[in-house]
Order: sequence, then structure tokens, then C-alpha cells
Amino acid sequence: MEAIQKHTGLVYPLNRTNVDTDQIIPKQFLKRIERTGFGQFLFYHWRFDDEGKKRPDFALNKAEYNDASILIAGENFGCGSSREHAPWALLDYGFRVVIAPSFADIFYNNALKNGIIPIQMDKQQVGQWIQQAVESKFTLEIDLEGQQIIDTKNNEEVHFDIPAYHKEKLLNGWDEIALTLQLENEIAAYEQA
Amino acid sequence: MRKPQTIVNKIWNKHVVHEEKGKPDLLYIDLHLVHEVTSPQAFEGLRLNKRKVRRPDLTYATMDHNVPTKNRDVVKDEIANKQMETLRKNCEENGITLADMYHPDQGIVHVIGPQLGLTQPGKTIVCGDSHTSTHGAFGALAFGIGTSEVEHVLATQTIWQERPKTLNVKVEGELGPGVTAKDLILAIIAKFGVRFGTGYVIEYTGDAIRKLTMEERMTVCNMSIEAGARAGLISPDEKTVEFLKGREYVPTGEAFDNLAKGWLELATDEGAVYDQTVTIYAEEIEPQVSWGTNPGMCVPVSGSTPVLNEVQYKEDVQRALEYMGLEENQPITSIEIDHVFIGSCTNSRLSDLKKAAAIVEGKKVKPSVRAIVVPGSFSVKFQAEKAGIDTIFKQAGFEWREAGCSMCLAMNDDFVPPGSRCASTSNRNFEGRQGNGARTHLVSPEMAAAAAIEGHFVDVRRFTGVLN
Repeated sequence: MEAIQKHTGLVYPLNRTNVDTDQIIPKQFLKRIERTGFGQFLFYHWRFDDEGKKRPDFALNKAEYNDASILIAGENFGCGSSREHAPWALLDYGFRVVIAPSFADIFYNNALKNGIIPIQMDKQQVGQWIQQAVESKFTLEIDLEGQQIIDTKNNEEVHFDIPAYHKEKLLNGWDEIALTLQLENEIAAYEQA
Repeated sequence: MRKPQTIVNKIWNKHVVHEEKGKPDLLYIDLHLVHEVTSPQAFEGLRLNKRKVRRPDLTYATMDHNVPTKNRDVVKDEIANKQMETLRKNCEENGITLADMYHPDQGIVHVIGPQLGLTQPGKTIVCGDSHTSTHGAFGALAFGIGTSEVEHVLATQTIWQERPKTLNVKVEGELGPGVTAKDLILAIIAKFGVRFGTGYVIEYTGDAIRKLTMEERMTVCNMSIEAGARAGLISPDEKTVEFLKGREYVPTGEAFDNLAKGWLELATDEGAVYDQTVTIYAEEIEPQVSWGTNPGMCVPVSGSTPVLNEVQYKEDVQRALEYMGLEENQPITSIEIDHVFIGSCTNSRLSDLKKAAAIVEGKKVKPSVRAIVVPGSFSVKFQAEKAGIDTIFKQAGFEWREAGCSMCLAMNDDFVPPGSRCASTSNRNFEGRQGNGARTHLVSPEMAAAAAIEGHFVDVRRFTGVLN
């Protein structure tokens, strides 16, 4: 996992609630045996029509969002299946941060394991940022260490919460399995008890 | 006296390998179920880091998501084939038992776990699949995990988890005739919403839950994730013990008696405190039909689609109605269907098939409807055939298939074409879930069967004469 300390990026607003993992990455693309290459299929049926042509009315297809790397969406983002292909697709497409009023539990965990920062933020703030990003190009700066989101345009700083344990792993890009294997003695003791 | 405890805390406390302030607990995993879709990258990760599977004996694999449900001799889908071949190779290299496509124990992972007795009360069970909550029906703490976590469990047999909050969903009374476990869980999600379980483990309690059979309890726990809860469980009782007795992976004789005694002691103690409790009355529940694009968008069959001006999330409702090709305030019984799917880890067990067969016996599927039955496992299929259930379905005009996930998520050839409408006994009605552009209505097996005959939704209780 790639470490992440600070991230500045263009916001893509997805003003929908309950965005499920079937929308993030539809099932026909789950047959690959690699972790990479899923970005092209992100939000596939929202981005492309039945003939595989880009839908001009879906905002992510618009040129102004080409470099977006911060996704802001409605409540319960990532609900549904446990497929890690969802954060793989987001990451591969270029998203490093997802901000929403709430996340589905499994998605939240899966995002953390892949160096995506999932940020839970109150509904009103999310609504404001979505509005800003719909109206014009809107950039946010994420300072993970300081747990701040900086909106330079409006000269505002907003604090966010993230469990210290997850923060430390994201900051360092640690391999969780290697960390756990340091507790080998305790695991072995448990097995023998 | 010891402080009364919930089953969740009892199981949790027994499985903590390492705890440290400010960190999640390191939890030992008793059973790791593996399937072809969410495991290849995990095994590859082990290989790249020169790590081994720590406990192949606590790991069990099958193929279910991709497998064809007919013509299994040649899998035409090359990529699916490669994924299944990869699982075969990974299991072989790591000494993991695999029920592959041709094995008599093959089936949907959440059907075969209980069927083989791998699923037992008090176990911690994980699988790279969100419907792992199904196993909670036995009083196991079972939840879905992502592929990185699959890799972590393969390598360490443990997982880092925050101790979850507990949510008591109390179901008072008794379900009326013709009202099923599926209607119960759909009604719960419709009432409390698709997010209310997030961050919690649900324990289902109350008289109505005690009266459910083990297979019905599996249907309820299966859809806990649709309420946002990673796990949902039911305290074990005599029914749990009875179901598991004599199954392949369950010990026999005195060992079983001791085990069973321990299982019963796991039940939540009288007076234990939950973080939250909600109550629902079984008598108030009617057969349910989902109208929208998440499982909370669901109404009684006597109801109608929502009225836009009366709902909180108007845009979402409007989008859902548009996708589903429905009007606002449209009576559910006016909705005509093109497909019927009886199957999935929610409703593909023998009792599900029996109940649906009883509805269609001696009748014919409406000619405009294509109806398929996909048993949950090879064993379910075999038992159903022994009981002549396949004949009843086939004579009514249903297709009778091999076991797998099939049209629940349409990774194989079984899908609903764009714009077509399906009455489905599965668990998700997300956009495109059963095929690109497919419109899914979630129902019980009995409701699906009645809809297959009539060509539109009907109250199965009127269909069978329980109600006039």
C-alpha cells in the first residue's frame, strides 16, 4: 500500500446516496485475477451506454473532472457487496480520497487497506462542497497528519475524525500482515490454549 | 453473580488474541470460507511475499459465483474459467479442501457451510462475501471481508476488528400464514432503512424468531448486510442443536453432547444490555415486494410505489422509479413481470424450493414469463429431485438448474435482459444487479412462484386461499 500524508486534488461531486458496490464496479468486471486495471470500469453503467459510448450527461465524463482525485458523495457510500474491486477501481481511476456523510462498514475497511482515505463528514458540509464542485472547479487539500481539510478558495479549515490506528497505517503505508506476524507468539499461544 | 452478557460479547471475548488500548482487537478466526471471485488476488499476495496459508484445515473453498448452471462440461467463459482454474491451483498448492464445480458438496458457500456442519455456534466465520452474515443463524459471529482481509486471514488466521456495537432487533408475536422469513427481513429493512445496522452486529430476538426454522433464520440473517450490519445472529437453541446433529463436520457421541451444551450456554443472558433495541410486530407484516433499487425500497404487496411529494429523499426515489420503469403511486399488483428467479444464498434451500413448488403444483407458468429454479447446492438439488420437486417445477414450466449464485448477480450466463422485470428471491435489487438494465423485485419464494403463474405480483395468501 502506498503511503499517503497529504493530498491536494480536484473534487468530483456525486450527489447520490447509497452508491452501492455494483455501481462502483459492475459484476462482469470481477473475473480478473489481478488487483489492477479496474479503473476503466469504474461506475461503468453510469459512464457508458449499452453500446459502450460515453454518456455525456454523466458528470465524470466531462473534461473539467478529468483530473479529479477526491470523490464527494451522499450517505452510505459503498454499500452492498464486500468486493475490494470497488476501492481498486476508484484508486486505479485516480481517486485517493472519498468524502461522505457515512460509509458502509466493509467498504470503509477495504478503502483503508488500499491507501484511500475515507473521510466521514457531516451532511451539511458535504452538501456545501458538492454544491461548490458542481458550480465550478473546486479543489481541496487533505492533511491527514493534522486531520484537516483545507478549502483554500474560501479560506476554511475543517477538522475530520479518523481512528488513530488507521491514520498511522495510511501515513506509513504499512503492510498489515507483516505487523500481525510480529505477534506470531501470541497467535500460536492462542492456538495451543 | 456474573454480569449478563450478549452472545456477541461472549464469542468476542473467547476469540481475542491480542488487545491494546487505542487499537482494534486481534480476533482469531475459526472458519474461513473461500470462493473463486474474491480470493485470487489474496493468494497472489501471499506468493509475492513468500507467505503460507497458516491453517488450511480451518479453510474451506468452493466455486459458486461464476459457475454455469447448465452445460457444465464446457465453460465457455474463458475469464471465468481462468478464475476457477486459479482457485483450483491455489487450493492444491496450499492444501485447502475444495468443493469444485463437479464435487457433490459444491454449492453456494453460504448454503454448504451449514449443510456440512462447518458452521457452528460460537465460531468466528469470515468469507470474502458480504452475505457471510447468513451463518449467524447458528449463533456464529460471521461477517464478510474484502480481499486484503482474506489475505490477512489466510496468512495469520486472525483479523483486526473493532468491537462492534450490538443492536437487538426484537420481533414480537408470530408471522401470519403465508408470511415468510423473507417478508420479515424485507419489512425490517423497509421500516428501519438500509443504514440502520451500520457499525452494529444485529441480534434477532423475540418469539417470532424462536418460532422460525433454521433455514428461515438463515434467510433473516443473510440480509443483515442489506441493513448495513456486517453480521446478524440468533442465539442458539434446541433447533440449532438438532439441525447440526449428524452433519459431516460435526463430532458425534459424547463429544457432540459436550459441544451442544456449550452452544446453548452461548445464548444471550437474561438482562444483558444492548447498545440499541428496536421492536417490530410480526402480526403487522404482510408479504413484501421491493419496488426500487435498494432493499429498503420495499412495500407490502397490498401497497403502491411511493408518492414523490411524500418522501424524504425525493431525487433518489425519482431516479429509482425511472430506472424501474414505474410510476409513482402505482399498485404493486399491477406490475407485470418477465422473469422469475428462485435461488440465491437467501432462498435456495430445500424448504424454500418445497414451499415454492407447493404454489406452482399443477399450474402453468404464464407463457410470457421465463422462470428458473437454481438450487443452493448440489445436495439440495439431489434431495429435491428425490422428493420429486424438480418434476413439479418442470411440469409447471420452470427451468431446473445446477447449483450456484446464478441470476442473483448474473456473473454467469443467467441474467435478466435490459429493461426486463424479474421477481427474484435474491437479496439485492441494485441497478444492473441481475444484468445491465435489469429491473429486480425482491420477494419470497412463495410470492415469486405465484407471480410466475399470474404474470404479475399477487398476494400469495389470496392465491392459496388463506385470505379471501
